Amino acid sequence: MINRILTWLADGAHWHGDDGILRRVVEHLEYSLTALLIASLIAIPLGLYIGHTGRGRFLVVNAVGAARAIPSLGLLFLAVLWLGPKLSGDIAFLAPTGLVLVVLAIPSILSGAYAGVEGVDPAARDAAIGMGMRGTEVLRHVEFPCALPLILSGIRSAMLQIIATATIAAVVSLGGLGRFLIDGLAVRDTPQTASGAVLVAVLALIVDLVLALIQRLVVSPGLTGRYGKVSLMDAETEATSPAPALQHSV
Amino acid sequence: MIWLRGHLGDVLGLTVQHIYLAGVPLLLGLLIALPFGWLARRYRGLYPLLIIGTGLLYTIPSLALFIMLPLLLGTKILDPNNVVIAMTIYTVALLVRTVADGLGSVPDEVNQAATAMGYRRVRRFMSVELPLAVPVISAGLRVAAVSNVSIVSVAALIGVPQLGSLFTDGFNRAFLDPIVVGVTACVLLALLFDMTILGATHLVTPWQRAGKASV
Repeated sequence: MINRILTWLADGAHWHGDDGILRRVVEHLEYSLTALLIASLIAIPLGLYIGHTGRGRFLVVNAVGAARAIPSLGLLFLAVLWLGPKLSGDIAFLAPTGLVLVVLAIPSILSGAYAGVEGVDPAARDAAIGMGMRGTEVLRHVEFPCALPLILSGIRSAMLQIIATATIAAVVSLGGLGRFLIDGLAVRDTPQTASGAVLVAVLALIVDLVLALIQRLVVSPGLTGRYGKVSLMDAETEATSPAPALQHSV
Repeated sequence: MIWLRGHLGDVLGLTVQHIYLAGVPLLLGLLIALPFGWLARRYRGLYPLLIIGTGLLYTIPSLALFIMLPLLLGTKILDPNNVVIAMTIYTVALLVRTVADGLGSVPDEVNQAATAMGYRRVRRFMSVELPLAVPVISAGLRVAAVSNVSIVSVAALIGVPQLGSLFTDGFNRAFLDPIVVGVTACVLLALLFDMTILGATHLVTPWQRAGKASV
């Protein structure tokens, strides 16, 4: 089987053209990054606000737990069947699918941002206030940088969720690498299905590694303990957490 | 809801399938994660290795894993065992870290006291460290349970029957009722799993209630 996958992957004809691997990878990344961006724009400010003010905590903790229980496949079909007929053309499939990708990505990012701000050492916050910083300054210069590891882990788990959901969204005729899996299953073309599965797994892995690298680069060295001898191992282990604030689920 | 009345038997059958496919991996995953979590805690050098290793498993999208497993294991694609194994992998991926962190949450002086009282390593682990780590492990288990229930439904795409089959069935006929019933049943099932774990945790950690009562 491994050989048949390798043969399929080695065939140059499968890589190029409108339904080639390269085109599908670009599509998959386009959908995923767009959804991630929109979800981040909604969830990060909201999470920071909730963490900073403490308002609506109950709502976030419960919403995040409940959202995890919603099956993505069911939500996808519901969205397409409900919203699809109200729209026309390509957008009839793209908009509901995109909406589902964003909706599923929000909880992880939201809980990361909220838990990150809430978990900031109160001494650091007090010191900032003592130095004369105002509310938004504290948020910008102290709380946000300190919360960054958890915000980014939230983004990482959201991205994994998006990539996985975008894969199954091929069943509602979205492009991307999921096409190889769904089309392969439909016509029982095992080499194509299996190669698609391998490609998706590799894509998810690479994207996660890139995000982990970004996390390492942008998080202040003072937090990760890579700077000086201060052992903040806890900060570092939190920074690599696949899903932050998991304990908060319902 | 008329649809549900006519198909109650089918829905119950699929629910039982779903409970099996999501529940068994939870128990298997916990059993496998315990020794790995202990290793990660006992030998600190292994911690990052095990956490990163299991974390990588978690990055594999579910549909891809469902498709790859039969090829790697030589099983038939419709064999429900593929789903059980895939879900076990995800559970282990989530729990190794939780178990390690849970064991790490046991205060050092408690371990020292146990050692001073003559507890050897295995007995200390079974009767002191593990029970005290239960609250943390249970929190991780609840997350794994809820996400298992949700992920299992993706297996409908490879034709393994469970509540997710209602989604594909409804979508193929452009009929909302089965999908709504399926989603509702999934969410209720996740809630049931969650309550069960909460209840079990409550039973095995009587000291947590004792502490609260005396305060």
